Amino acid sequence: MSEMTTSHKAASASAVSVIARDTLLTAVVALVLAVPFIGLKSDSVGTALTLVTRWPLMLAMVGAVAAGRVLVSLWRLRSAAKAQRATAHTAAGDAKASLAAWGNSHMKAIGFAGFALAVVLPFLPFSNRYVVDIGTTFLIYVMLGWGLNIVVGLAGLLDLGYVAFYAVGAYTYALISTQAGWSFWVCLPLAGTFAAMFGLMLGFPVLRLRGDYLAIVTLGFGEIIRVILMNWVDFTKGPDGVSGIPRPSFFGAPFSRSAPEGVTTFSDLLGIEYSSMHRVVFLYFLILALAAITNLFTLRMRKLPTGRAWEALREDEIACRSLGINPTNVKLSAFALGAMFAGFAGAFFATRQGFVSPESFTFMESAIILAIVVLGGMGSQLGVVLAAFALVVLPEWFREFEQYRMFLFGAAMVAIMVVKPTGVMGHREPTIRLHPVGKSKKPEAAR
Amino acid sequence: MSAATMIQTADDALLDVEHLTMRFGGLLAIDDLSFTARVHEITSIIGPNGAGKTTVFNCLTGFYKPTVGRLRLCHPDKGEYYLERMEGFRIAQVADVGRTFQNIRLFPKMTVLENLIIAQHNRLMKASVFALAGLLGLARYRVAEKAAVEKAKFWLDRVNLTARADWEAGNLPYGDQRRLEIARAMCIAPCLLCLDEPAAGLNPRESLELNELLLSIRDEQGIGILLIEHDMSVVMGISDHIVVLDHGRKISDGDPAFVRNDPTVIRAYLGEAEDGEGADA
Repeated sequence: MSEMTTSHKAASASAVSVIARDTLLTAVVALVLAVPFIGLKSDSVGTALTLVTRWPLMLAMVGAVAAGRVLVSLWRLRSAAKAQRATAHTAAGDAKASLAAWGNSHMKAIGFAGFALAVVLPFLPFSNRYVVDIGTTFLIYVMLGWGLNIVVGLAGLLDLGYVAFYAVGAYTYALISTQAGWSFWVCLPLAGTFAAMFGLMLGFPVLRLRGDYLAIVTLGFGEIIRVILMNWVDFTKGPDGVSGIPRPSFFGAPFSRSAPEGVTTFSDLLGIEYSSMHRVVFLYFLILALAAITNLFTLRMRKLPTGRAWEALREDEIACRSLGINPTNVKLSAFALGAMFAGFAGAFFATRQGFVSPESFTFMESAIILAIVVLGGMGSQLGVVLAAFALVVLPEWFREFEQYRMFLFGAAMVAIMVVKPTGVMGHREPTIRLHPVGKSKKPEAAR
Repeated sequence: MSAATMIQTADDALLDVEHLTMRFGGLLAIDDLSFTARVHEITSIIGPNGAGKTTVFNCLTGFYKPTVGRLRLCHPDKGEYYLERMEGFRIAQVADVGRTFQNIRLFPKMTVLENLIIAQHNRLMKASVFALAGLLGLARYRVAEKAAVEKAKFWLDRVNLTARADWEAGNLPYGDQRRLEIARAMCIAPCLLCLDEPAAGLNPRESLELNELLLSIRDEQGIGILLIEHDMSVVMGISDHIVVLDHGRKISDGDPAFVRNDPTVIRAYLGEAEDGEGADA
């Protein structure tokens, strides 16, 4: 009995020293960071720039960080003790697994509910132009995320230059519509085709590359496209961008107050009063339809030989070759189809903004789209939606936090990766099952 | 086995390896190797570590281009192929040569069933007309997929994995993974099956089951099996024909009884071969 208490005492003493050491270390790091970030602040008084010190605030912040560290350590200690106490196969693990199972078995229902919400969103009482606009931006990123999911999530080809295809789609529509005057509905498939061709162009030289090497080359490709757009002034109008891009019409009926002779406006067509909201809502439904098509296509593709080959390629390319699968075709089809959806999204972007310039297609865009795919859980369609919400919509809401907005953005990313390293929806749902879901609950029993 | 050995004529040669030489820079991995593998036979390639056994497989399945030599495959239904001239994936796709790997190469995140269906990729791809018929959900593709599932079920049954069909392949126990890889190779409907150490890491009961599986594949599917193996109980128990390599050269070639008593083989293996024999006898 006394032995047990001494060992217990020794354990708790060592725990205290570990916590003290961690806390001290954290406090020092926080202090080093806090001196330039919080301790010193530049302030303009009239025309002069003065340096203001805020030592009390800085110390308070460092104290808060240290206290937080202590709390984290204690929480870890407690959960470790709990795990020890609980018998093997903790109830927590079971609960987690069953939650994931619930999510997976209700994936369809969740998807339909989300889609239904998206459809009624513009007509909800709180919806205004701002909400619908954010919704449109959100859906563009969801669509781009779904497109990139084919390349990165399914085929496992790390692509850091995805925005290049988005740019190709946007400029295809921008240039053809302003130069030749073709309508949006003609240019949309063209934009997708051109982007897919660029996907093939990128695909051929990088066939033998994987992982980091592939990432570097695709990054370079993305920059090449942007630099060409920037410098080929005769063709792309360079950094000035292309303006005056025609807005889409409702199958020929423009969204305007008045129309030239012989053309009916959208509001006249439906016999309602003109409102500038009509176009905003129409654009919202347009991108909703495009995104839905992307999603349905990918979901269907996953269950087809091509899609299964994408996933097999991600898992093991050598095994693919030993089964007679042509890796060239598999990779090129992933690149081309992924790029095609970026092209569609690009054409939509151009018609929505009415203006495109190379500034919209920087590496930052590629990084955000990739972050959406990775945070969502590679290959998960629902995960992309959740991650796009976290990375696109939340920063909009956080606008009030002003300078802390990007901080929260980064913090959200880190938090997701710490809590769920495989992404929000890291679980992979099989494309085909031999045993219906209900029966395979206890696979161990089948043994 | 006796029936198979009796019909050893020149016509039933399935694979003719002639003067195969593979050189990596200054290293001569295979030196002028010639042998023949026949239909309805299990041909084993044995030899000490580093003898060049896996290199032979990699040449056969297109992962290496041989420096010199001819690899003639006489497909029972399709005619002759010269494997050394074919691109890697076409050897499996056109010439129907299936293989497994020394270090198992499954698709670990995909289920057991999916692994077997991917092996039937080319047939399904044709049925789906480059995914178009599949996208439209045409009956043509649905029928083909159903057939693929049936075939997968058949092999799942043969390797005792039906109950675990929906498991992620990477979560299977080691022995199951080995058997799954063989089943996957069989799903491409091969005429020649190349197995690279299928018994490695199996316990005695499992390797006994493996023997039965390989014998039944040979007898029922009517294909040739090429086997690399260190486990002498497997090699001596089921081989119809053994080729012994040492330092890239063939040092012996014949039926198990002949190879077992060949002095050059015993010399190459030194104590090892005698131990193996002692355990066998």
